[in-house]
Amino acid sequence: MRMSPARIWRERGARYRLEGSKCRKCGRVFYPPKPACPYCGSLEVEKVELPKRGKVISYTIEYTVPEGYRHLAPLIIALIELENGVKVLAPLTDVKPDEVYIGMPVEATLRRIWEESDEGLIVYGIKFTPAIP
Amino acid sequence: MFVTGVGMAKIDRHYDKGFQELVHMAVKNLVNDVKLFSPEAIVVGNMMSSSLFQQDSLAALVADAIGLRGRGGFKVEAACGSGGHAIAAGYALVASGLYNQVLVIGVEKMSDYPTTTTTAALAQAADFEHEAIYGTSFVALNALVMRLYMHRYEAKREDLAIWPVRMHEHGSQNPYAQLRNKITVEDVLKSAVIADPIRLMDSSPIGDGAAAVLLASEDVAGKISDTPIQIVGVGMGSDGLDLASREDLLNPMSVRIAAEKAYKMAGVGPRDIDVAEIHDAFTITALLSIEGLGFAELGESWKLIKDGRFAAGDKPSINLSGGLKARGHPVGATGVYQVAEIAMQLRGDFPGVKVGKADYGLAMNTGGVATLTTVTILKR
Ligand SMILES: [Zn+2]
Repeated sequence: MRMSPARIWRERGARYRLEGSKCRKCGRVFYPPKPACPYCGSLEVEKVELPKRGKVISYTIEYTVPEGYRHLAPLIIALIELENGVKVLAPLTDVKPDEVYIGMPVEATLRRIWEESDEGLIVYGIKFTPAIP
Repeated sequence: MFVTGVGMAKIDRHYDKGFQELVHMAVKNLVNDVKLFSPEAIVVGNMMSSSLFQQDSLAALVADAIGLRGRGGFKVEAACGSGGHAIAAGYALVASGLYNQVLVIGVEKMSDYPTTTTTAALAQAADFEHEAIYGTSFVALNALVMRLYMHRYEAKREDLAIWPVRMHEHGSQNPYAQLRNKITVEDVLKSAVIADPIRLMDSSPIGDGAAAVLLASEDVAGKISDTPIQIVGVGMGSDGLDLASREDLLNPMSVRIAAEKAYKMAGVGPRDIDVAEIHDAFTITALLSIEGLGFAELGESWKLIKDGRFAAGDKPSINLSGGLKARGHPVGATGVYQVAEIAMQLRGDFPGVKVGKADYGLAMNTGGVATLTTVTILKR
């Protein structure tokens, strides 16, 4: 996998701050951010920061992981519904696979998500940890 | 528009064969299937030649593998749906009047590398920037959907093991199938967990394959084949590349839209289809495909499968080839295999489980988690 500093910098909004988009026409808010509204087709959207708390609505424990992520296996990947109803797909961290359940409250935290090598580029992003309900 | 000839290579771990050898195998079988072979253009369905083999310009590579240097063409990429989209592109080239005879080939090599390398390349079917960047594999995305399905519709894990058992049953009689062993529900439930709740035996195998279909206009179809099969409907649809912003993960928009277009164009509905080949890369994919195509209401397909529906002898009979699960799923080639199989079913010479007398057949192929879908309807 190839990453450039420009790409990491360009993609920082969604991955560092959990920025989504809000449609200026229909008002829907969604993640990941896009330059157009996937629901009404409007080309006018604005960036909004999303709430950092939500609950797990589905998840998987991934045992066979792609190259570059082996040290993280098993990976827990969850689909999370944030407090405003927007959904986000992200890894869970600081939790054991058998502790995860549908409905589990979680909150976002900034973590290292990928590194090129010991001396290469590092990509940071949002992961979710268990939260107190 | 007619399918005037088909050819397939047995899906396997072909360590001794590259793209050219695989394509050559399939096209040699096609040449034996037709009276006249002189395609004017080549469309290649393939997903990973670039990511795994650093090879683009695939149509030129293919042309030289089958003695057709000089013919124009291109590669079509729509992840695991590349083959079905190649059929749609080939259809358009002939329907537009640009050519009378177009060769559509699907080819994929998946077995040369360790599973983790292939897994990383397959994950490129997902939204890289926001989902695959976390190490989310393609299996994991489908596993999220499967857990949601089981949760919402109260389906038990063992209920969802019936499908792969049936696919192996069908595959055991298909000489082109990669997996020809029979399995039991217990085998599925004991197999290794890849991404919970998806187990190894819920998943299509990694394999290499190539399939070819010769499309021709009405003007020349009779010269090429004594048993041309008509293509009466073609539809395409898409859904969000990412899963997070989708309206409902259990209501596959791309399948619904592609099916609506194809049914309308053919002037038929789900009840008219006698035989279908659908995309079942994972058990959950089969359920969503059956529901998206209108063969079952949302949330009902697993119950109907439990009751024995969609097996050989039912209408529609689904995946008599063994499906992606047992026939195999060389990703970019799969959609071409499906159209070849349906054409053979309608001709009555499919070499595995036969549907019997059938008028309408349907092939449904999708890339990503029902991200890019094609539906093709054929008529005897
Ligand atoms: Zn909108």
